[in-house]
Amino acid sequence: MAEPLLATRSLYKAFGGIVATDNLTLEVAAGEIHAVIGPNGAGKTTLVNLLSGLLKTDAGEIVFDGGAITRLRPAARSHRGLARSFQITSVFPDFSVLDNVALAVQAHSGHSYRFWRPVRGDAALYAPAREVLARVGLGARMEVLAGNLAHGEQRQLEIAMVLATGPKMLLLDEPMAGMGVEESQRMVELLRELKSDYTMLLIEHDMDAVFALADRITVLVYGRDIATGTPAEIRANSQVREAYLGASEDV
Amino acid sequence: MIRGMLGKPTAISTVVVLVVFAIVPFIAPAIGEAFYVDVFARIMIWSIAAVGLNLILGYGGMVSFGHAAYVGIGAYTVAIFGFHDINNGFIQWPVAVAVSGLVALVFGAISLRTRGVYFIMITLAFSQMVFFLGVSADKYGSNDGLNLWNRSYFPIGDAELSIDGEKTFYYMTLVLLLLVIYLTRRMVNSRFGRVIQGARSNETRLQTIGVATYRYRLTAFVISGMICGLAGVLQANFERFVSPDMMDWPRSGELMFMVIMGGMGTLFGPVLGATAFLILSEVLSNLTIHWHLIFGPLLILLVLYVRGGLTGLIGLFERRPGDG
Amino acid sequence: MDLILIAEQLLNGFQLGILLFLLAAGLTLVFGIMDLVNLAHGSIYMVGAFFAATLTLWTDSFIIGLLLALPLTLVFGMVLEYVVLRTLYARGHMDQVLATFGLILFFNELVRVIWGPAGLAIPLPAFLDGSITLAWGIVYPTYRMFIILVGISVAVGLYWLVAKTRLGMLIRAGASNRTMVSALGVNIRLLFTAVFGLGAMLAGLGGMLIAPINQAQIGMGEDILILAFVVIVIGGIGSIRGAFIAALLAGMLDTMGRAFLDVLLLTFLQANAAETAGPALSSMLIYILMAAVLFFRPQGLFPPRSG
Repeated sequence: MAEPLLATRSLYKAFGGIVATDNLTLEVAAGEIHAVIGPNGAGKTTLVNLLSGLLKTDAGEIVFDGGAITRLRPAARSHRGLARSFQITSVFPDFSVLDNVALAVQAHSGHSYRFWRPVRGDAALYAPAREVLARVGLGARMEVLAGNLAHGEQRQLEIAMVLATGPKMLLLDEPMAGMGVEESQRMVELLRELKSDYTMLLIEHDMDAVFALADRITVLVYGRDIATGTPAEIRANSQVREAYLGASEDV
Repeated sequence: MIRGMLGKPTAISTVVVLVVFAIVPFIAPAIGEAFYVDVFARIMIWSIAAVGLNLILGYGGMVSFGHAAYVGIGAYTVAIFGFHDINNGFIQWPVAVAVSGLVALVFGAISLRTRGVYFIMITLAFSQMVFFLGVSADKYGSNDGLNLWNRSYFPIGDAELSIDGEKTFYYMTLVLLLLVIYLTRRMVNSRFGRVIQGARSNETRLQTIGVATYRYRLTAFVISGMICGLAGVLQANFERFVSPDMMDWPRSGELMFMVIMGGMGTLFGPVLGATAFLILSEVLSNLTIHWHLIFGPLLILLVLYVRGGLTGLIGLFERRPGDG
Repeated sequence: MDLILIAEQLLNGFQLGILLFLLAAGLTLVFGIMDLVNLAHGSIYMVGAFFAATLTLWTDSFIIGLLLALPLTLVFGMVLEYVVLRTLYARGHMDQVLATFGLILFFNELVRVIWGPAGLAIPLPAFLDGSITLAWGIVYPTYRMFIILVGISVAVGLYWLVAKTRLGMLIRAGASNRTMVSALGVNIRLLFTAVFGLGAMLAGLGGMLIAPINQAQIGMGEDILILAFVVIVIGGIGSIRGAFIAALLAGMLDTMGRAFLDVLLLTFLQANAAETAGPALSSMLIYILMAAVLFFRPQGLFPPRSG
């Protein structure tokens, strides 16, 4: 393929005796939705943490948009255009929904050594924030305290925060975690819409969503990539079926 | 302006407190209790320090157990200048505040690399260092402290403005307190304030969305140190005396109590807290010499059972927004 | 440079380190297992000293006084835990700091009411008073040697307790996963009380040991408490091994610093400057060490939980 937008080379991370990421080489092409699936304990969240910079690699390289980001801290990676959402909702619970997203916009509007002008009246921050919230479907809930949102709404806020930073690529860690059927379908629709604007790495357990959205899928078992390919290829792969999908073919 | 910042009950109690501050120098001598002017001057000075600490503790979630050190540094700077016969306030005051800020920069730079209880302990330890420095400074009085023979004066043109007068000093302090509160309000509502509060709320997320939090927290820490330094400058002038005891850790603990008792992360909470704390100390210490026997358990009960401090108690029926 | 002087100061540093360890061990245990920051630990140190002083005066024997004061301090600690500190386990560290700060005020005053404002001296029995001659002609106070030996025995005993006994196993398990331990049916409350009692005894022992040298005094706990906190921060909160090494390091640094820093400074400063800078710097040495450790390893030298 052409130069991938995100690539890891021989990524390695161990915790004491446990190898969470085992020599992983992964490539995500620009414009694609690349899903990463695998049984629990496969190291999926560790992978996202390594990619977003919350964890330091023991060995290996990460290249994003033509530049090495292995040594960069999370904030710097965000400024390169790599955004990450959290599996367990991680927002600012005592801020309103709107303020949450405005803060994300602010993070990418230059420095914050501004001590005088009140933020509330700053259209440069709040107009884009409202737009993003409308796009993810939280337009009616903007003044609610983030800590008071329903679970599904919180997951929507997660996406909004990520979009507000104007990224090139999204690392989505189980965006549908804990969602019911209807909510998940709406999320899938949203992600499908976003596909035209953002490259995505999608960690998910929800197989319907994965097979509906993904262009390519990587299967992770014990931190190792045991298969990468199109959904059809993965579905047909016997190793994968054995390790993860189980004997049943109803996927 | 005040009503716009707060809910009604809190606004009322704040106005009451400020009105009391404003009229004490007239009422007190009239009712024959002139020393109350001193009591309230002291309350206002501590309020300034509490506002300073509240910036990082209440709004920023940085629990510094060593902020009395910055009060002491501000005070000692003025005293040391005085010792060397430099009483020009235009020299003393900016230098004192700058030195406080500089020390806060060094201590903060190291302390902010830690979290939670480590941070609490490190800030405590650093302030002890300053305390010991004061104790070992034989030239400047060591444990016995240092007297200020003159208060600062301010040469403007040919005139020399003095702050020796009781009322002059009192109202100058009140103005400074209001100024510091106003500046804090602007900071808290600004982009900077959002970052500080966001870092308290969820630092990891804030970093992930692209904010290098360390530098902003350090900046807040320095500003907070400078505000406390200003309080120290006023204290030195007020008491005409400085000693290492101003900086020892019980003082830092008391400052923390004022901030928390008053209501963290609110604009006037620190003022209410300082007022309540000092008046309580005053009343209890007049009851018995062993007043710590009551005071200690009282503090414990306050910590255990009063959520949100005095501001929380007063504002029980308000909804508090995310900023001050 | 007088080698005998250096040896003496080394021993003194070791002795201070042992004392710091007694205090730090309890502190780090309580923090590691119960996640409790207890500023009143220094008050227990003080109370232990006063118990020992009074009991020594009553029984006319330091050793008996010591042996009786230990269980008394244990009870004191456990009562304190039961009545006040239990409510703090669920609270955040800041609340714990503030509440135990209130306890310090209370206990300092209580001691003043019961024992008066002046300190209490503890007379030493003849066999502990005086000096002994060690290798190479070093003459060292017997009592300080006694402190070192008691301290080492306690350290060994503590190691045995934590590594080889059932209680120790519970302690180690509780330190890494207290929910699991209680889910396994262990009475976690009892465990906490026991651990706290152990920590209290260690602190009290520290106070009792230093009292013959420094007197039992109001407020004696606070200064050394902060040092003890610095020690456990350097060593890694929750780690007894870390506390031991950091305590010895701190004790040596502080003692050697006070004794030799001004001499050292004379090599490149003028006499006046060295004389003023010496004492000022030496009291700050431990804090400088802490700052240095934190700069490179914010979690301390031997953090018990990794990753």
